[in-house]
Amino acid sequence: MDKTVISPKTRNRKFLHKLEMRNVDVHACYQCGRCSAGCPIGDYFDMSVMQAVRLAAYGQEEKLLQSDIIWLCAACETCATRCPNNIDIPGLMDVLRELAVRKGVPADQQRVPAFHKSFLGSIRRWGRAWEVGLIAGYKLRSKDYLGDMGLGMQMLLKGKLKLSPHAIKGKTEIKDIFSGKGKEYDR
Amino acid sequence: MKLSYYPGCSLEGTALDYDHSVREVCLTLDIELIDIPDWNCCGASSAHMTDHEVGMRLPIRNLLLARELGHNILVPCAACFQRLKAADRALRADPLRWDVQEYAPDYEIIHITRFLAGEDILQTIHSAITRSLDDLPLACYYGCLSLRNPHITGAPNWEMPDTLERIVTALGARPVDWSHRTECCSGSLTMARPDITEKLVGDIAVAARRAGAQALVTDCPMCQANVESRQVCKIEGEVCLPVFFATELIVAAISGHYPESQQKTHLISPEILRGTLAENATVKEESL
Repeated sequence: MDKTVISPKTRNRKFLHKLEMRNVDVHACYQCGRCSAGCPIGDYFDMSVMQAVRLAAYGQEEKLLQSDIIWLCAACETCATRCPNNIDIPGLMDVLRELAVRKGVPADQQRVPAFHKSFLGSIRRWGRAWEVGLIAGYKLRSKDYLGDMGLGMQMLLKGKLKLSPHAIKGKTEIKDIFSGKGKEYDR
Repeated sequence: MKLSYYPGCSLEGTALDYDHSVREVCLTLDIELIDIPDWNCCGASSAHMTDHEVGMRLPIRNLLLARELGHNILVPCAACFQRLKAADRALRADPLRWDVQEYAPDYEIIHITRFLAGEDILQTIHSAITRSLDDLPLACYYGCLSLRNPHITGAPNWEMPDTLERIVTALGARPVDWSHRTECCSGSLTMARPDITEKLVGDIAVAARRAGAQALVTDCPMCQANVESRQVCKIEGEVCLPVFFATELIVAAISGHYPESQQKTHLISPEILRGTLAENATVKEESL
């Protein structure tokens, strides 16, 4: 982070516009650092929460999309709750993850987007999240075949995993939602 | 009283027993739960984190279904509650943005704990218990999403909530003062980064133990599964803390029983609750 060069030439105006549309006012930040101080996962990030907000204010989308922070943020909302300027920092992270997915930016933390993709795949298919199916999907996507085998077996034996999915009646409505309903006008 | 009920996906799977206890508590309180017909997943963290449009439209479908029923909506899962509240807020502000002609229902979306901690309901619960939980020291654990962001959840005391404490006090248990009541357990990272989750869950368990708690109590199905499954007790003689659902404790105190089928749902031995109920055969007369 100490060698980051920021220039107005590299400022991504489309990104800043998208943040504005989502009411994420990154320019309101005066770097008090409460967001970074209270973040439960901050130790694992490659930049502090406050730095991410600052980079966003400078329109440095590219740096942010390649950062760990967007995938390791758990959306616990602690930062936003404590921000004296009410900056919707989890909203910033949502925008960044959405852009990373749309642009196909490869993540160092590829297992995290693999999990989200598997979770959403389950909803798209059944209308509800079915744990067994999404775990299987996640294993294939992440290639994490052996992780949590013992835990999975234990949960299965305790009857905590539903063996077959429930398909809702309104599946076509769900398919419409996933096929981009509402995005016709470039959202 | 009639309430619309949105169980959410966890309560059909890993937290099926949570669903059972919610329904049982409501039966005791003479509250009729009407499941929102053909409800779908709220999208949870994965949807709003990676696709705003999907993250809003999934809970919106549920709200439009609930609008037909008209009653207030009871939600036991913290994540579902937060997503439904967020969608409700967006929809009220600008329904056309979401292709809805108009949206101004007079129902409320209610999170289970705030509902059960209401004075009248607590009084009813208190007078219905047959076995007091006998000063059992419990760490009330809220986690994130029923509280934050308060702009969305409407939680009055998001840093210092006391609803779970009020409930367990009514059952005769003793809530401990402790530090990690509203800390995140990183449920959404539990599969992809179990190392991070183990660290966060470890900190939560250490803090609860330091305060003298013998178990945790929560209302969030992700927290419950996560804090039990990712708790590692490395030091010899250290006992892992089970995590109970508040409604599970209510059912146990009212019925005076803690059936084996319910004990089995825990990944960490819930012996402490079974023992408490066995030892304490008479109701302790305690004021609220």
